[in-house]
Amino acid sequence: MADVMLRDVCGVRSGDKGDVSDLTLFADDRETYDLLVEQVTPGRVAAHFGALVVGPVERYLVPNVLAIKFVMHGALGGGSMSLRSDTQGKTHGLSLLRLRVDLPHDVIARSTRRARPDSPPEAG
Amino acid sequence: MIRIGAGQGVYGESIDLFRAAFDAGVDYVVCDSLAETTCGMLVLDQRGDETAGWAPDLLARLDVALPAAVAAGTRWVTNAGGVNPVAAHQRAVARAREQGFRGVKIAAVVHDPPPDPFADDAPVLATLAYAGAAGIVEALDRDADVVIAGRVADAALFLAPLVHEYRWAWDDWGRLAAGSTVGHLLECSGQCTGGTYSGDWWNTVDFRRPGPPIAEVEPNGDAVITKPEGTSGRVSFDTVREQLLYEVHDPTTYLTPDVVVDLASAELVDQSNDRVLVTGVRGAPRTDTLKGLRYSVGGYTAEVTLTFAWPDAEAKCRHVLRSLRATALDAGVGVAEWCEEYFGVSGFGGPTVPSDGRTVDPPEVTGRLAWRTDTMADAVAVQRLVGRIGLFSPPGLQGIGRRVRERGGPVPMLRLEPFLVDREIVESTRRVIVEEV
Repeated sequence: MADVMLRDVCGVRSGDKGDVSDLTLFADDRETYDLLVEQVTPGRVAAHFGALVVGPVERYLVPNVLAIKFVMHGALGGGSMSLRSDTQGKTHGLSLLRLRVDLPHDVIARSTRRARPDSPPEAG
Repeated sequence: MIRIGAGQGVYGESIDLFRAAFDAGVDYVVCDSLAETTCGMLVLDQRGDETAGWAPDLLARLDVALPAAVAAGTRWVTNAGGVNPVAAHQRAVARAREQGFRGVKIAAVVHDPPPDPFADDAPVLATLAYAGAAGIVEALDRDADVVIAGRVADAALFLAPLVHEYRWAWDDWGRLAAGSTVGHLLECSGQCTGGTYSGDWWNTVDFRRPGPPIAEVEPNGDAVITKPEGTSGRVSFDTVREQLLYEVHDPTTYLTPDVVVDLASAELVDQSNDRVLVTGVRGAPRTDTLKGLRYSVGGYTAEVTLTFAWPDAEAKCRHVLRSLRATALDAGVGVAEWCEEYFGVSGFGGPTVPSDGRTVDPPEVTGRLAWRTDTMADAVAVQRLVGRIGLFSPPGLQGIGRRVRERGGPVPMLRLEPFLVDREIVESTRRVIVEEV
């Protein structure tokens, strides 16, 4: 097992409705998905965002596309009245990718998510 | 098979992307011009000018759409009518006449604002409701080439041409859900073809030839999401699934005006070559209510940003912004709320950014202080204090003077409150105006 950031093993997209931030993690295979379901709990996500999110965090499992959705209430500093730069939670998904999980070495090794823009994979 | 192209996903988007959708040779180009805050801007526009309240780029888009309607029969559906589709329609008809078009039909889809549900709160500026596809379907049934709607829900804009073409029944929940899923995928335009993609974005983003999404929809609701040949971006299982669940909350119960969609039932099949089949989507009966939004005055806001150079850039930013706040407090200025952000160290991530073990003193940090006040006078009073910073600050400050001048004065804030309204109250006011020029 090794301790990695979510950025190394999954994708993410986030957005808003009012003062609610809506984030979804995407795994690349069923084994990774099941491990993330086990470890990335609503409680861990709420703790990760700390004071940035004042309301409850709900989780929805969407196995047809290997996705885990988090709906975070009171997450955007007041929605339309928010003074933050990111009033729409567009960066929240990326902030979640800092969360660390424990995964088997082979799961990490096969992930294509570890590619970086300064060393992009060869085409084809 | 019907081909629908997304021509716009956000207010103010480049018109080149709109043209690209027409160039792809689709049957319909559909534009989503509105968002919660966009409608707020239009509400403020209309307060100053009763003929305003619609997206001003409508006319430039019309100049692209009308020749395509005449030459190729491509039809255009948009919600750029905003909070004043009647005025938008009148200007569009006048524009078409000025340009010498003959025989094209331009329609407006209009609903009255719902009654104010919180009559005792802060004075209301406007209310609106998210209408379904029926008004646009009627306009298309009456042979409109261009349909200018007000606040019709995003997905419903795309569902409407499918209901018109395939005569889907209004209780055929499976097909309505399939068509609404197509709309949900296309309504944010480039976000379905590699934009915002969290994977290898360096291989998908190229603004020289961006590819708007296209849906090829069969009579049974099955749809292939694709993009024009030779364009950049990517349509794959991974790029499409990111958009499938975007901003929907409970994926099994995505509420639209026309149907409740179960996105967790969708099957995405990557057919390679930038083609993804979307099939198997289930739907449930629509609800008896529509989403409404109430806009009221929420006070005023302004902000200052300043950048300090190494060393101790973060500490210098924090010291200056805190000192500004203390000065305002001493002066008795009424500030309802402050917001401090420090870009370069924790601006977006806040507590998610680990603060322990930081070994690098950043080369520069940008501090941002925003404030909200009940009155314009208080917002201005804080902004005046910014003028004290310049030559009396710690060393290494850059950029502040120019920023203050460029940003101008404080701006009004809008308070948005969602509510549910009986659908009958909204739908009974629907009017479809079709005018031939």
